[in-house]
Amino acid sequence: MRVAVAVHLASVLLLGFAAAMAVPLAVSLALDDGAGGAYHLAILATAATGAVGYRASRGRAPELRPRDGFLFVVLVWTVFPVFGALPLLAAVPQLSFTDAYFEAMSGLTATGATVLSGLDALPRSINFWRCALQWLGGMGVIVLAVAVLPILGVGGRQLLKAETPGPMKETQLTPRIAETAKGLWLIYAGLTAACALAYWAAGMDALEAVMHAFTTLSLGGFSPHDASFAHWRSPAIEAVAIAFMFVAGINFFTHFAALYRASFLAYRRDAELRGYFALLAASVAAVTGYLLAHGVYADWQEALRHAAFNVVSIATTTGYASADYGAWPLFAPLWMLFISSFATCSGSTGGGIKMMRALLMLRQAQRELERLIHPHALIPVKLGGGVVENRVIFAVLAYMLIYGATIAGITLLLAATGLDILTALSAAAACVNNVGPGLAEVGPAANYAGLGDFQTWILSFAMLLGRLELLTVFVLLTPAFWRG
Amino acid sequence: MKIAILGAGQVGSSVAESLVSEQNDITVVDLDAQRLRALQDRLDLRTVTGHAAHPSVLREAGIEDTDLLIAVTQSDETNLVACKLASRLFNVPRRIARVRAADFLDNPALLGRDGFDVDLAICPEQVLTDYLVKIVEYPEALQVLDFANGRVRLVAVRAYEGGTLVGRPIREVRRQIPSVEVRIVAVFRGERALPPEGATVIEPGDEVFCLAPAGAIREVTRELRGADRPVRRVMIAGGGNIGLRLARALERDYTVKVIEHNKRRCEVLAERVERALVLAGDATDEELLAEESVADMDLFIAVTNDDENNIMASLLAKRMGARRVVTLINRRSYVELVQGERIDIALNPAQATIGRLLAHVRRGDVVAVHSLRRGAAEALEAVVHGDRDSSAVCGRRVEEVELPPGTQIGAIVRGDRVLMAHHDTRIEPEDHVIVFVADKRNLARVERLFQVSPRYL
Repeated sequence: MRVAVAVHLASVLLLGFAAAMAVPLAVSLALDDGAGGAYHLAILATAATGAVGYRASRGRAPELRPRDGFLFVVLVWTVFPVFGALPLLAAVPQLSFTDAYFEAMSGLTATGATVLSGLDALPRSINFWRCALQWLGGMGVIVLAVAVLPILGVGGRQLLKAETPGPMKETQLTPRIAETAKGLWLIYAGLTAACALAYWAAGMDALEAVMHAFTTLSLGGFSPHDASFAHWRSPAIEAVAIAFMFVAGINFFTHFAALYRASFLAYRRDAELRGYFALLAASVAAVTGYLLAHGVYADWQEALRHAAFNVVSIATTTGYASADYGAWPLFAPLWMLFISSFATCSGSTGGGIKMMRALLMLRQAQRELERLIHPHALIPVKLGGGVVENRVIFAVLAYMLIYGATIAGITLLLAATGLDILTALSAAAACVNNVGPGLAEVGPAANYAGLGDFQTWILSFAMLLGRLELLTVFVLLTPAFWRG
Repeated sequence: MKIAILGAGQVGSSVAESLVSEQNDITVVDLDAQRLRALQDRLDLRTVTGHAAHPSVLREAGIEDTDLLIAVTQSDETNLVACKLASRLFNVPRRIARVRAADFLDNPALLGRDGFDVDLAICPEQVLTDYLVKIVEYPEALQVLDFANGRVRLVAVRAYEGGTLVGRPIREVRRQIPSVEVRIVAVFRGERALPPEGATVIEPGDEVFCLAPAGAIREVTRELRGADRPVRRVMIAGGGNIGLRLARALERDYTVKVIEHNKRRCEVLAERVERALVLAGDATDEELLAEESVADMDLFIAVTNDDENNIMASLLAKRMGARRVVTLINRRSYVELVQGERIDIALNPAQATIGRLLAHVRRGDVVAVHSLRRGAAEALEAVVHGDRDSSAVCGRRVEEVELPPGTQIGAIVRGDRVLMAHHDTRIEPEDHVIVFVADKRNLARVERLFQVSPRYL
């Protein structure tokens, strides 16, 4: 029975998750913030569930097949938020389970949408736990890129095959995946440490530096302050954030290849990275100009500073804010939300359809146009010097279709439940792309607390869909999957 | 000189043909006995049937007292191994191999003393591609040849009505283009060579050979033809080895289209080129040519491996409006048939590529040899050694050198300087002298001039 395999693995992971909760507990005890009690029960419940699941599923065929992988990741990302929400439920007064689940889902999918206000008044360990959830979620995203997404046709390293050395060439669910994942986690952890140090040097206190490093590298966007980065008003801290958000939006395989060979060549060869960088640079310049033209900021330095920070933050699907960009003339935030759907590279911790799919679609469109002029021409779609098979193009086309339908569907559903269209559309996009803040009622100055229970559940589901690249979830809804 | 040629394919036979006429002892080795018989019927040489890399076969070909080994079989590996054997087992002093794969060529250690010990590795396809690229760069020229590492170039240009030099005697060249040092070394009218003297008048249709510093070529050709539009669009018929190399060499600077009839080969092409457009279809398909607006092409280059297809495609392209057509033709009789009529440049690949090889066969210190006018004439770059006593050239003024008729000293390269030869220019030791030989029969005498001769010792 396949379910047993998935449950078995998820149970093992759940035991680890319980252990991870000991960290905020330790923080709580060290700071004596009064939230210590919230963790006891949560750790107990999580560990007990894990143990029961482990015993119940032990001895059943331990071999994981690609198909079981889909079930496994969906199971992990739907069940873990339940346990991740337990400390929040215990420590935050008057928090409903719906909202707590949403918050934990937003954490584990590294989205950054929040239903909590008065963050500054919460116990610090609770804020630490929220940020840690995002960091753990980011680790999960990396494993997704290694193990699961390649099966969908466009994974983190599909096009990097030729670039990556030795043991990383094959893309199958083999023991090597563990090795690969370890290498990438090391880079992830190393970058997180570097980021924390940089924040600390730029003026944050140690704990906040770590928390922000957690949510920066995972491109999550949780902050222990209601005002997000506007809390500091420090150009240095914003600069650190911009730099590390940019780095986290690059394919981790590219980081790996660059580190492995100690050369920048891997970065230069990454076609996706070029598109990512060009898009961000052009968008920052355009938004700066737009803000100046509309007189939002008087001098260009301030316009550039806020445009750079907020554009990079939203485009990389992080979701920090240094200003209430929701109050900017509508084009700017709409454009930011639009590019968030495809700016980040595949194999990064970012959300959306990824730059690779966007580039492939662009090339495919170019190809069709060229074919009209040269009916006999043979025009392969190329990315980074390699030819992309038609099979991949079809997969990407199907993905785009499903993505568009998903956004439209969720928007309509939200609109049907009474939200205005801008709120509905931006909430749908912000959650499916794992950005966090939307516009209007769910904009950077507000949060998702004002939504009804039904709407909150829809958006929880939207975050799950986006994080697992849609198909992983939808494949479970097909009867053929269960028929075996 | 005793020469062993391995491989009797296109390159092998034309090498044999051009060397046999210079009274060398030639032995050709090939697996195909029939091909060897055909060669033997035509030329006075010895043949051996067998595998070119087997020591017994080589021994049978008299490798022990061979002076020069030319390994030009189809297979890189056979050629390399033969060179190694020749060097290790038989002490052949000079070894030339045809090597196509860039993997081998990019590896100096592999070809060096401790590797396969090859003196000269040539890739005919690459030589031919370079040759064609030059024709694209100088669309007015029939031929562009490099001397002294490209510092001096020899161009063949057909004179057209409207060129400022046309209809005037050669001595006025200096007055027309005072800024450029240029020397007209030969003028051919039909098959007849005219003496390149001051009084000779250039007429439309003449084939004029000029030597000039590399930078001045364009100016010279303009004076002979009137200004031409520069080339922007190129269509290549045939996506084989040469077609692909050519497309890759040209695609950055020109708009390139490649037509290839083999679908699978098209896929390979499309993968390997960056900007060039790969078209699947027949180069002789009028509809395809029209659809891809062949009329707008500045240059149409036919390089399929079929002579008839090349000629037909070129004729069609020319009739449909391509400005200039260049055709690759293996059979020499065809070249003479079509060149200059409707096809602007008919190119014999063997003739174009053989020059570098011939330089190694020459007596004296010959650096470069280029075959001109389908092998009837030759231009060579020789290094002067010795002194006034041991050499017939060294220390003498140009007018004092006893050159055979129709032979011209065109230019002298001294260190980095290029001197156009005047009657009173003195030739010094280690000068590179560029000599134009209008009649190939005089070649041996020219070569003797540059030898440090025992007569003078």
